[in-house]
Order: sequence, then C-alpha cells, then structure tokens
Amino acid sequence: MRHPLKTLRRLYDEESHVVMTEKGSPPRVIFSGEDFLLEDLPVGTRVIFAKPPMAPVPNLKAAIRWAINHPEEMDPLHALLRPGMKVTVALDDISLPLPPMRTPDVRQSVCEIVLGLLADSGVDDVHLIVATGLHRRMTEGEMRRMVGDEIFDAYHPDRFYNHDAEDPDGIVVLETTPHGDLVALNRRAAESDLVVYVNLNLVPMDGGHKSLATGLGTYESLRPHHNARTIRESESYMEPSRSMLHTHMQRIGRVIDKHLKVFHIETAINNRMFDGPVAFLGKKEEDYTEFDRLKFQGMKFALSKMPRAAKRKLFMEIPAGYETIGVHAGATEPTHDKTLDLCWKQYSVPVDGPSDIVIFGVPYISPYNVNSILNPLLVQVMGLGYLFNLNRGVPLVKKGGVIILCHPCNDEFDPEHHPSYIEFFHRLLPETRDAQVLGDKYEREFAENPSYTHLYRKGHAYHGAHPFYMWYWGENGRQWVGKTIAVGTENNHVPEILGWERADTLSEAIDQARTFMGRGATISFAHIPPILQTDVRPPGRKKALGPGA
Amino acid sequence: MASSGSDTGGGKAAFYDVDGTLVRSNVVHTYGYYAMNGGSLGGIAARTLGAVASVPVFMGLDLIDRKTFNEFFYRYYAGISEDRLITLAEEMFEDRMKKAIFPKARDLIDEARRAGCRIVLVTGALDFTVRPIARFLGADDLIANRMQFVGGVATGRVIPPIIEGANKAVAIREYCVKSGIALDKSHAYSDSASDYAMLCVVGRPTAVNPDVRLRSLARAYQWPIVDLR
Repeated sequence: MRHPLKTLRRLYDEESHVVMTEKGSPPRVIFSGEDFLLEDLPVGTRVIFAKPPMAPVPNLKAAIRWAINHPEEMDPLHALLRPGMKVTVALDDISLPLPPMRTPDVRQSVCEIVLGLLADSGVDDVHLIVATGLHRRMTEGEMRRMVGDEIFDAYHPDRFYNHDAEDPDGIVVLETTPHGDLVALNRRAAESDLVVYVNLNLVPMDGGHKSLATGLGTYESLRPHHNARTIRESESYMEPSRSMLHTHMQRIGRVIDKHLKVFHIETAINNRMFDGPVAFLGKKEEDYTEFDRLKFQGMKFALSKMPRAAKRKLFMEIPAGYETIGVHAGATEPTHDKTLDLCWKQYSVPVDGPSDIVIFGVPYISPYNVNSILNPLLVQVMGLGYLFNLNRGVPLVKKGGVIILCHPCNDEFDPEHHPSYIEFFHRLLPETRDAQVLGDKYEREFAENPSYTHLYRKGHAYHGAHPFYMWYWGENGRQWVGKTIAVGTENNHVPEILGWERADTLSEAIDQARTFMGRGATISFAHIPPILQTDVRPPGRKKALGPGA
Repeated sequence: MASSGSDTGGGKAAFYDVDGTLVRSNVVHTYGYYAMNGGSLGGIAARTLGAVASVPVFMGLDLIDRKTFNEFFYRYYAGISEDRLITLAEEMFEDRMKKAIFPKARDLIDEARRAGCRIVLVTGALDFTVRPIARFLGADDLIANRMQFVGGVATGRVIPPIIEGANKAVAIREYCVKSGIALDKSHAYSDSASDYAMLCVVGRPTAVNPDVRLRSLARAYQWPIVDLR
C-alpha cells in the first residue's frame, strides 16, 4: 500500500502549480538578470509554478540502445550500416540546454554508443559536426565538454568541427521547394550515406525537421522562413501544428529526407535546472526551509557586492542537473512526435484564462548568450520571444495587456559574440522598430558585412543576420501586448529604444500597468525558471487547449 | 598617390591598411631589407648603421606624427636606382612579406569580395614595396605613396600628397568619387589609431589587430574588432 504521506506529497506536487497570492503568502524570488528580486505580490496575483522534474530513465545508455534498436518507422541503426560507408553525426550546439547540463552531457552518452556501433560495423569515415546554423562557433573547451575527452581527442579538429554556413565550398544546394524554400545543406552531410542527428530537446519548438534544416543550413536557406512575415503568420511558436515557421521546416525537412538518409536520435530532459546548493530556486517559496531562506539571503547579499562580470562568471559555472526522461530514434516526424509528448508532459501547466498583467523575471541566460552577456536585444527576445510564447493555445497575457519584465536592461554587449547586435541596437532600432522595414532595408547588408562574416567564420560571433532574427522573434509579443514595462532598469535609453516603459520597482510597474488596464486588472506571475509552459484555458472552457485545438 | 586597375565602381569597396593590418611588418622592416641588400658592402654598412643610429629619432617622430616620420624615413632611399628597388621588392615579398601576411588576412579579403566589394589597399608604404602584396591578395587597386625618381634614381622624397593619417581619408574619398563608390556602404580596416580618419570616413569601419588606442576607440564607437593573428 502506498504511504499516505507520499500520496499527499505527490498530489501536492502535481496539483498545486497555480497558487493565488493571499495576505500571508511569502514574497516571491524573481530573477532579474544576474540578481534576484524578493517581492511581495499583490493579493489575488496568480503565481504559476513549473511542474516538479519528471523521473529520469533508470539507465540512460540502455535507453539509448533500446531507442536505436527499436526506431520509429526506420530500420535499426545497426541495420543501416555497412563497412566503408560515409557517415556524418550532427549535434545540437551549446544553445541547448540552458544552462549547460552537468557532464556527461546526454550528447556524449549518445555519441559514445553511436560511434562505438559505427566502429564495430566497419564505418571509419565518420565526421561529427556541431549544427550551429548561424549561431556562434563553439570553442574547443565547449566542444570537449559536450562530447567528453575521449571523443574530442579522437575526432577534433579534422573530424569534429562546427558547421560553417558561409563556407563557399562547404555548402550544397539540394533544391528549391515549390513554395520557394531554398534547401541548402552542409556539403559533408549532404554527401554522406547516412546522417545521424543527435538532438537535445529543451522546449517543443526545438528538434524535428528544424534540427537539420537550420542547424546545417545557410543564410540564404534560412531567409525564406526566418523573417517577420513568417513569424507574424505563426499563431504559436511552441506548437508545430500552428507555426508557419514549422510548416516551412516540414517542407524543407521532407526535401532533405528525400535526398539523404537521416536517422534522428532525440533526447528529452526534465526541468531540473537547479540542484545542489541552489536547488531551492526550483521550489515554491511556500516550501522553502529556514536553511533555504538563509541560503537565498546569503546569495542575494553576496551578489549585491559582486561586479556584474563576476556574477555572470559565477552563474555560468553552475551546471544544471538535467536528467534524461526519454530517448527516441528513427524517422524525423514520428520520433519528434514522441519527444514532443514528453516535453508537454514535463512543461505543461493548465491555467484558467489569461491575465491582464503578466510578470516575468528575466534570468541571466538565453540560448544565445551561454558564457556571454544577455545584452538588451537578448533581454527583448527572452521577454517577448521566449517567455511570452511559453504557452499552448493562447498567450498567458490578454491581447492588449501588459507584460512586466524584471531585468536591469544594462547597455552591455559582448563584442566577441554579438558584434552585429551592437550596430543593430544602436544604429537601426533608433531609426525604426518595424521588423518588416528593418528586414527589407538592412538584413542583407548585415548578412553580407565582411567583418561580421569573418567574425562568424573565424571568431565566435553570431552571424551578421542573427540580431534580425532576434527582433523578428519578439514580433508576435510586440503585436500582442499593449505595453511592456521593464523593472529596475539601470538606464532610460535601453527601454526607450526597445519601445518599453520603465519603472524602478515592481510595485511601481504594477501601478503603471493598473493605470493602463484598470484597477481590477488580473495579474499573473509565471515563476520561470525552471521552464514551464501554460496551457491557458480560455474563459468559459472546461478544458485547456491542447494540440490541434 | 598610385592607382592601378580600372575605375569601374561596384557600389562599395573595402579599404585595407597594410602594415600591421594584413601584414606583420612596417616601413622600417621594409627599409631594413633594402639597407641590408643595398649594393656594395660599404653601402650596406653605411645604410644599416645610419638606420640603427637613427632609431631614437624614428621612435620620437613616430610618436609625434606618422606623416613626419614617413617623410623623414623615406629620405634613406635616396640614391638607390628604381630598377633595384623594384627587383628587391619582388625578392623581399618572396623572402619576407609572404610569410608575414597574417593567416586570416586572405579570408577577410575573400569575404569582402564575396560581398561585392572592390578590394583596395591603402598604405603609407611605398607603392613598389606593396605592389607584390596587392597582386598576391588579389586587390583591385592600390593607394600608396610614390617615390620621386630623377634619372631612374630615388631622390628620397615622396610625391605629395603623402598617404598617411588624415590624407588616407582624403584619398579614399577621392577614390570613391572617381569610381562611383558609396562611402557609407564601404568598409575600412586598420590596426592603428593613426588611421582614425580613414576609419571614420567610411560607413563600416573595423579595427583589425588594434593597438591600445584604436581598441579603445573601437570600443567607444562600437566598431567590430577583428583579430587576424
């Protein structure tokens, strides 16, 4: 018989993701860049918490072996191999997961098994390519950390390297779809007898056809779908069936599947973003122990005394305790469907109706600034791109409502990783914030700027076009909300350039938002991170909107 | 100002300083080669010793003004025949300069060419010393200083205007007007704060292997910084 306390605990964990703030509710811990706010929220504020981490697979290597031996709608991996064939293993880059997971990274575990199988099958012509797309090249240290010493030493640099979307000799155009999507791919992958894609799925927009189509694509091949129009036509970023971006990806992916044999290995992880001494950050404040409170106050005090660069360094040094909750392999679409099911199971939190005002804490990290600075453009993409879109059905904030973002919005950029962002933010945004105009007028100029191209190819910079994608990514959020207010900003000009209002404190921001939305405005606080995705049930509906709704 | 190649403008250009930007050398290294290979043993000794003795003067002048430095420095070429200088330039390129070109310099130039830029080298060095580099890197044009020759022998004087400092910006502007190139769409690359004017005159400046002063300027003006070393 199950222990009653355990049953109660399970019920509490599973059913209490939404807490209404009362008079005695504890203050909430809110991320604000490299610092934290500790804020009492107004009575009646709906606080939405992430689900607790799902249980990991008991034996990761066994799960990987089972997946590649029992793939979805394909022969097992060993049956696809023959001696002397040419194989390319493509891997997701450092943008996943966030923060980077404790070693061994799940990609290392997958590679160890796949490379061992390839060697046993007489396949020696094997290259490993980090599918960076237009992201920055990973450093040697980062690549080593991702696959482990043994693989790195055996394959780097000749057979383990970053994709180069601007290498004139390294790209092959497969064809153009009837819809005008150019399908271009890394030459090594395109000329391989088999491509094995090793994915790490963090949120539902990752993985599937998107992995190869963007990860090994080029600026020209991304252009038809990485634009303001496609984003505006996407009702949801996280639901592939309602995303125009994913419709493009599917068309492109099917062309790739026609030309190449692609074996996908997808891994899903739970949301154990914090563990060890900072495990309390994944808890509800109601569940904090005295020791947790002490640790938090100690951390907050220490952070307040540290320079920002040191705080950033400290946070980047703390790996996440993610665990793998599932491994699936085989053909792209059925494999990805299984992964998506797991993602939703981990992240989906049903909530009743949207709110007039939604508060988000913006943490120090995004997919585009691992080991770097969350610059103003990335604060924008975190707020209006990611956090706004972490939902299924309808956004958590009502149309015309207010989003409050907690972040100091410091005007700081990393010239090594984000050189083109600086020009985009300081030269282009003051001219216009219209994503369509920016794209039409300036995107190609940035994409073809030889300095940016050089820094992308030889340094560790994002592609010249990448800041545009960041701006497009926030487009639906900008179109949807009536006002965005940044809390605790250390300057006036960054929020102004972004088209936001600012407030010194959260209560001031809530007052401003209530002035805009009315005194009776409803408020929600999405307690992210850890990641959660709201399943917003529109008022009057009994069930949350699910896939295909 | 020396210019070679056609004047058909392609809309935008990329202007590169040479010494320290694309090549690990400067005018002193170049002269050193000439001094060490300059005719009779006596001539070699005289030129080498003369140059060595003048090092403190060079350093002082370089600190004060690069233009004055170059004017003063080029006097050391006086008396060498034009044929000899051109022959030595080719030899020097094969012996020294080819190896001194930064490994990623060609990539940077190739990327500019793929972006549709005309490739123009702009340098305070003498044209005959840089021409082999321009040819090797596939530059479309060369803007450089020209030595005055009388009866086939160098006088040690440079034909004005001297391409250095602010004059590089003037030369670039003139080149753009003549070639139908838009300055605001063009790129400039340099390693030194002495080329501030050249960097400012174009719409897309980039600091390459910058010295301390230029690095600080590039940070202040948010120009991209590229390391070719």
